[in-house]
Amino acid sequence: MEEAIIIEKSVIIVAVFAITMLFAMYCTLAERKIAAWIQDRRGPNRAGPGGMLQPLADGLKLFAKEEFMPNTPNTFLFVFGPFISMTMALMTSAVIPWGDTLEIGGRKVILQAADINVAMLYVFAVLSVSVYGIMIGGWASNNKYSLISAMRVASQMISYEIAMGLSIVAILMMHSSMSLREIAAGQHEMHWNIFYQPLGFFIFLICSFAETNRTPFDLAECEQELIGGYHTEYSSMRMGFFLFAEYAAMFISSTLLAVLYLGAYNYPGMTWAAENWGENTANIIGIAVLFGKICFFIFLYMWVRWTIPRFRYDQLMNLGWKTLIPLAILNIVVTAVVLLLNR
Amino acid sequence: MIEILFYILSAVTLGSAFLTILSKNPIHSAIWLVICFFSIAGHYALLNSQFLAMVHIIVYSGAIMILMLFTIMLMNLNISDEIAKPIVTKIIATVCFCLIGFFLVSSLAQTAPALETYTQTGVDFQTIQVLGKVLLNEFVLPFEMAAILLLMAMIGAVLISKKEKKTA
Repeated sequence: MEEAIIIEKSVIIVAVFAITMLFAMYCTLAERKIAAWIQDRRGPNRAGPGGMLQPLADGLKLFAKEEFMPNTPNTFLFVFGPFISMTMALMTSAVIPWGDTLEIGGRKVILQAADINVAMLYVFAVLSVSVYGIMIGGWASNNKYSLISAMRVASQMISYEIAMGLSIVAILMMHSSMSLREIAAGQHEMHWNIFYQPLGFFIFLICSFAETNRTPFDLAECEQELIGGYHTEYSSMRMGFFLFAEYAAMFISSTLLAVLYLGAYNYPGMTWAAENWGENTANIIGIAVLFGKICFFIFLYMWVRWTIPRFRYDQLMNLGWKTLIPLAILNIVVTAVVLLLNR
Repeated sequence: MIEILFYILSAVTLGSAFLTILSKNPIHSAIWLVICFFSIAGHYALLNSQFLAMVHIIVYSGAIMILMLFTIMLMNLNISDEIAKPIVTKIIATVCFCLIGFFLVSSLAQTAPALETYTQTGVDFQTIQVLGKVLLNEFVLPFEMAAILLLMAMIGAVLISKKEKKTA
């Protein structure tokens, strides 16, 4: 029994890791293809059929490039920065429910690496710590532009974490649980949170953009003002790690959006499918549905990137502190009143 | 298994705490302190209080230390900027620290019997559901007092950082 659980969890962890990596890899291609599509170009189409091997070629190029070391007294921290970013981007995936239970050989397998009852707090803990990679890397670069960029990232992420946390509180109140598994199970059929919490969804969506440093919140990477950003001094695969971490974080935050607001693995007609085609089939369709929702959000991220220009820094701070936080508090109050009246 | 983890975590906690004090560079100190906070959160997790572990990471490693690093990085402190403190200050600081240490150790020694009763009953007393009920029923007054205190501190901070309007 004990060994079976260890094997089961190891398989899930390795599978989740591999899928995240694969998604992050092909996100780089998808980003360029979507950019090309929006700007009426063809995009990368040389490596493999339709450019399908482009991520591999990019990876090979990054590995083969010269590793340049800036003149910094903090070599260790400089090397360590990208690795913190990468680790933190991957750690959230531990508590995400990728599907309902599957029955394999008479055993019920829960498709989740760890079902802890403070999963939501865990997600926030990882989010709040993920800024260290950029901060330490930017500071250890010994370059004032990198430092300015790192400071921008830190203050932006701290500001938007507050609104993000407050928008989640309304969901916790509705489901009276912090476990992502119970939140996912509570949205069965079409009882998705987005229909009950439209305002909360928008706040969370905007904050997700800010937390992943994507346009229109990518002030950390202003070519015009900061030369490059926190990764100006990085080259070769260390630079690749920073970029890869950004895409991995984007995948994870898309997953969180899908799990929290778009009903996770639930889809209309799931009970019907379970009755007619069996539990396993219904749940496998559920996994596919979850990945469909994730792909939609990844597309949304890229779509917004090529549509909306960057904010100015004071606009970004005003939006975070003066608009999103009051709105999130209003959302909590309204949710509380409605819950009390419906009791 | 848990005992081995405890010893590893304790070694990390003590080691990083010492390095926090011994590092010459203030930013290195801050990073060691972050590692120290993480291993303390690990201790909480070993005691099966997941809530406390997560909140500890969010508040200390996630918020306080980031703001602290932020400040130190922007100030760009060097060793040459450091003011040499008089020997009297150093002695007083050491004495104060020893007193606090003595107080903490003695108060923790007092709590050991109380802890025993908890482990024997096996009642769930640290999940968020239980914590929430206890905080909002039995300890609602201190809880609200703490909330008001934090609110006051926040308003005060905003008031201080606000630029004064120029009187034309």
